[in-house]
Amino acid sequence: MMGASASRIALGVALLGLATVPLWVGNSYYVDVASQILLFAVFALALNVLVGYGGLVSLGHAGLFAVSGYTAGLMLQAGFGHAAGAAGAVLATLLASAVFAVLALRSTGIGFLMITLALGQILWGIAYRWADLTNGDNGVSISTRPAPFGISLADAPSFYYATLLVFLLALASMAAFERSPFGASLRGTRDQARRMTALGYNVWLVRFLAFLFSGFWCSIAGLLYLYNKEFISPQVSALQASAEVLLMVISGGTATLLGPIAGAAIVVIMKYVVSAYVVRWNLVLGVIFVAIISFMPEGLVPGSVRIWGFARQRWLARSPARKHVRGAPP
Amino acid sequence: MTALAVTGLTKSFGGLRVTKGVDLAVEPGERRLIIGPNGAGKTTLFNLITGELAPDAGSILLFGQDITRAPCRRRAHLGLARTYQIITLFTRDTILRNVELALLGLSGLRWNPVVGLKRQRHLAARAREALALVGLDHAADRPLTETSYGERRRVEIAMAMAQDPKVLLLDEPFAGLSIDERRDVRQLLAAIPRDVTIVMIEHNMDVALDFADRITLLHFGDVIVEGTRAEVVADPRTREVYLGE
Repeated sequence: MMGASASRIALGVALLGLATVPLWVGNSYYVDVASQILLFAVFALALNVLVGYGGLVSLGHAGLFAVSGYTAGLMLQAGFGHAAGAAGAVLATLLASAVFAVLALRSTGIGFLMITLALGQILWGIAYRWADLTNGDNGVSISTRPAPFGISLADAPSFYYATLLVFLLALASMAAFERSPFGASLRGTRDQARRMTALGYNVWLVRFLAFLFSGFWCSIAGLLYLYNKEFISPQVSALQASAEVLLMVISGGTATLLGPIAGAAIVVIMKYVVSAYVVRWNLVLGVIFVAIISFMPEGLVPGSVRIWGFARQRWLARSPARKHVRGAPP
Repeated sequence: MTALAVTGLTKSFGGLRVTKGVDLAVEPGERRLIIGPNGAGKTTLFNLITGELAPDAGSILLFGQDITRAPCRRRAHLGLARTYQIITLFTRDTILRNVELALLGLSGLRWNPVVGLKRQRHLAARAREALALVGLDHAADRPLTETSYGERRRVEIAMAMAQDPKVLLLDEPFAGLSIDERRDVRQLLAAIPRDVTIVMIEHNMDVALDFADRITLLHFGDVIVEGTRAEVVADPRTREVYLGE
């Protein structure tokens, strides 16, 4: 299989590239940007479970992301250790996801979107206004990053490697999920919910469990964010943050593994790299999104694959002799 | 024991009474044809039996078990399968995956988020068996978007048959088919073993007449005539409904 070995080589090159980022990037600021790309990629992959495979567009996921960061941050401030803080953050986020799911899954489509948006706004309100609990606009700081197995994550490269490891775990779990019977069940509820019910599926429960799966990886991404910044503030839970991660998923390509990662890379690079050179980087980001939606409505990754295939076919058609040498395009 | 016993089933949409106290008793292994003009309430009756709609009154028994209030998904697990008049398939998937989804619906495997679905060879083998029943095993790996209307009708039947149902509800399985395709579908339905009870809706009386043991004629939500093929065809009320005498 030509295609399979080619993609295996591409995967190997990508892994090698990711593993050596601190070596060829050098500057620790840019290593930190790479860490952020990866942690936002985990966040976008988590949202993609619902948006891509479930057909359930959530605009409240930043709230879940913030529940995780705030829970861990507040627990650390209260004197708990890192292990307890992380466990508490995951549990609190799963609980919040369950509440989100029970309320939002009464509906799909616009109804689902509006309920998640409202719930996200409630969490933002708590973060911003309930100052006794969340310290309001001042946010929550933590004094140290965790040191798993005694390995310090204080400097940018070591934090990058820890994030990369978590990112790869998230990616592997998403890849397994995508290929699994449960993944097929979730896609089925997206495409023909009524038929799925008649076939014996509990459509609500499939969606609920998918929401928890999404919530779990949101909590992991939220933790990474807190550890990376050693600070969390209400803007993390704001509607704009929810919209940003949704744009990552949609612009990269929903229901794909690579799409949300590409989307996260675009947004983070705009925010932290291009913004150093272009004051109105938001404008550049907007133009990029408009271009993607205009020319690749299915998203950057599937769109590039389509255009590449189209260009290759045109090229092969123009030189008929090559057809026999290279074999027909798939 | 009666395979499917419907008693006094009633359903209204606002002021419109679509099903008016329908009684139906289908024996195990029977082939029952439900005919009636457009708007007779045939598909609504199916939706009530499968649980996609909740009845206002009446009861539904499947092999003696009261399923009137059982959720739709539960009825599939109890051996009730259906096809749809308006084809309802998974258009982003292959033919094989469509049938696999039908098989997964009744299997605990559907909750598994870890194993690869493509590696479940026993599942694929069973799906291919079901496709062989409808003569589509050669096309199993084709995307559904590249299938003809007639093939999709047969995928509908393969999905229902894959669930190994006790009672099979077929909603206009001949709708939109050419004469040749109708013949094929008729043959494949005739080949279904008698341990499956079949209730079929058909809008055109002559299409499926020879398939039926007994026929029920519905009109404006009422059972007008019920009996053997000869009885129903000979009944003057049948002519009245169909010819508007």
